[in-house]
Amino acid sequence: MLDCQIDYQNAQFKLQLQLTCAEQIVGILGPSGSGKTSFLHLLAGLLRPQQGRIVLNHRLLLDTQQQIFVPVHQRKIALIFQKALLFPHLNVEQNLRYAEGLQPLAQRKFEFEQIVELLELSRLIRRKAHQLSGGEAQRVSIGRALLSAPQLLLLDEPLSGLDQQLKQQILPFLKRIQRELQLGMIYVTHHPEELLELQATVYQMQKVQGISRLQRDNVMPLIQPVF
Amino acid sequence: MLSPEELSALYLSAKVASVATLCCLPFAICLGWMLARYEFRSKFLIEAMLQLPMVLPPVVLGYALLVLFSPQGWIGQVLAHWGIELAFNWKGAVLAAMLVAFPLLVQPIRLSFQMLNPQLEQVAASLGAAPLKVFFSISLPLVLPGILMGSILGFSRSLGEFGATITFVGNIPDETRTIPIAIYTLIQQPDGEAAAMRLVLLSTGLAFAALLANYFILHRYQRKLGQS
Repeated sequence: MLDCQIDYQNAQFKLQLQLTCAEQIVGILGPSGSGKTSFLHLLAGLLRPQQGRIVLNHRLLLDTQQQIFVPVHQRKIALIFQKALLFPHLNVEQNLRYAEGLQPLAQRKFEFEQIVELLELSRLIRRKAHQLSGGEAQRVSIGRALLSAPQLLLLDEPLSGLDQQLKQQILPFLKRIQRELQLGMIYVTHHPEELLELQATVYQMQKVQGISRLQRDNVMPLIQPVF
Repeated sequence: MLSPEELSALYLSAKVASVATLCCLPFAICLGWMLARYEFRSKFLIEAMLQLPMVLPPVVLGYALLVLFSPQGWIGQVLAHWGIELAFNWKGAVLAAMLVAFPLLVQPIRLSFQMLNPQLEQVAASLGAAPLKVFFSISLPLVLPGILMGSILGFSRSLGEFGATITFVGNIPDETRTIPIAIYTLIQQPDGEAAAMRLVLLSTGLAFAALLANYFILHRYQRKLGQS
């Protein structure tokens, strides 16, 4: 359950949005430059809005009026970037254990073995970050995010660096995560078909007079038939 | 092979250069990180001051140290209260070496921090790592090659330090007579040329060994990160 209202402005653009959602997977579409990534960074706490309020699962993360700003590392919101961004000095297992080790035992949500199995990582566990393909690395980074026991998973065009075939190898894992782990996700992309496949509730980011807004949108007409 | 005086100079040089490098490191890492990550108005001033020891004649630095740190100097008076004396002993030689080595340590460390992808740190934070934890578990290991390179450069520069040292702490056998000062002293003596040549070869060897060590450690680390 996410409830947020944000006013954010930087040198380039202004973002004004309000979103209340209880859906498992929320998809956000929009042209580049409409502020999709900034929105995720605002949720995660990497950016600080001029005004706003964020409540996640009844936990207050931000309230500018009360001067409350929970820092990134205490928000329990994991972020998946376009690139996998594995820590290059650690191997796959160490990358996963890094995230797991940051959580107190009582707060861990998933077993290490459970995640390794879910994302089929056991074959890769001894490899270094640079010995993985783009798809494998992204799977590890998703596993790493899950092991940090997040309340919410933010995905910022996680498949954009991958070709069509590889995308088809990652999307099923995301569906599996949703089905088996019951974890809320916000998925940003400009490919509507990814959101359809995940059965996400789709919102559209729009630029109106220099202000980006979030609007509920029907995604179906945007899909072009594939022959 | 080496006379006791030569051995003493070698030991003293190694001690002064090691201690100077180690004492510089924490400050160099902090400053390198700050210069790489932050833009602020007085930055040019800090950069200019950082470069100053590299362009000033070392004798001028030594004189400045003498004025500030001699028992009658501004800072020396304060330190004397605490029982710390720097002029004309090996600790003063360390201070002189730190001054000339510091800019050489900062530059490679700063460059490494600039090349470090800040998104890696953001990922670590979003996984739940507090800022200090991020710094020590992610940033620091990834800039290690730069730290190492800076240390080797600074160490080598400290080994060669002459002007500031002889001005500040003089030429005292077993206390401040490092290899370069010992070479200088031997050349002044009518029969010292052979001994001077031995020390010249020794210091060349030391510097070369330091550079070789730097090359191999760097190479190994880059292979570990998959960059070569």
